Amino acid sequence: MSQFQDLIAYFEDSGLADSIRENDVLFPLIESVHVVAICLVVGSILVLDLRLLGLASIHRPVSRLTAAILPVTWGAFAVAATSGFLLFISNATKYLANGYFVAKIFLICAAGLNMIIFHGISAKDLPQWEKEPSPPLRARLAGALSILLWIAVVACGRWIGFTMQELSQ
Amino acid sequence: MDAALSEFSKWLAATSLSHTIQTVGWIIPTLQTIHILSVAVVFSSAVLVDFRILRLFERDVPLPQVTRRFLPTIWPVLLILLLTGSLLIIGEPRRSLLNSTFYLKMALLVVAILLTAVLQGSIASSSASWEKDRSRRTAGKVTAGKILARILATASLLVWCGILFAGRWIAYTQAG
Repeated sequence: MSQFQDLIAYFEDSGLADSIRENDVLFPLIESVHVVAICLVVGSILVLDLRLLGLASIHRPVSRLTAAILPVTWGAFAVAATSGFLLFISNATKYLANGYFVAKIFLICAAGLNMIIFHGISAKDLPQWEKEPSPPLRARLAGALSILLWIAVVACGRWIGFTMQELSQ
Repeated sequence: MDAALSEFSKWLAATSLSHTIQTVGWIIPTLQTIHILSVAVVFSSAVLVDFRILRLFERDVPLPQVTRRFLPTIWPVLLILLLTGSLLIIGEPRRSLLNSTFYLKMALLVVAILLTAVLQGSIASSSASWEKDRSRRTAGKVTAGKILARILATASLLVWCGILFAGRWIAYTQAG
């Protein structure tokens, strides 16, 4: 545990973290990039989730849609994670003490786990149903769960701004 | 103008609806969460169509089909944005109405709506020529129409990003 705290302190005390804290423009700038990236992550994943629910893109085979959309999602996720990390290190101790921040991290992990479980276990028979407008129940459940998790991620993200005293809303 | 807006903000802030939004702690973050989720839908729809025009997404699907799948979603979701945005303004009138960043965001929004409508309309009306885009023989040909579409798509990407940046910046430029 103390090794973890050392690592956090190392990042929080770095010159980079200091610049983000002290510079008036840097924090909002990184935050804006974070918002743009999160919006694209959530929006692009929603396209897949709605397909799994049989509500949109129903004439596209699931694997073709996944292959087209995931590069967009992962690209945006890389930007969101990097910008999020930079925001985090500027006030790491305070973020870690914030319940909404911790919940957000766990929810993102849960969304990732949901995706891995769906791809690994549920979707082995994908070729058999991927052209059907309405996928089987387990695929619809994975899609619905993903939507709920990402809504919760965004809500937690917004709530962090209202529960960290020194940050602007 | 500023004095009139200031008076209007004061009046708005004194309404009972504004009072409720101000005093019930969960309302503003909830409205902001719905607002940003709606932004995610509108932004991603526009971006995916722009990416398709720039040949970065679903190149194997004719553009009119991609447009028909994504762009119509934008219009009803814009109404949710209008509603949640209006309630946020009623709750904290000075935050936006006396803030030049807010007007920049609205100006960019008008441009984005026009760009999206033009793209949606022109792609739908020249659907046949875009459908041909798929065949190998014509796929490589870059016509004037395609160049124009790519310019509009790039502009759309930049303007939508500008809207999101301005939206975040409202929090940092609000009047005291």
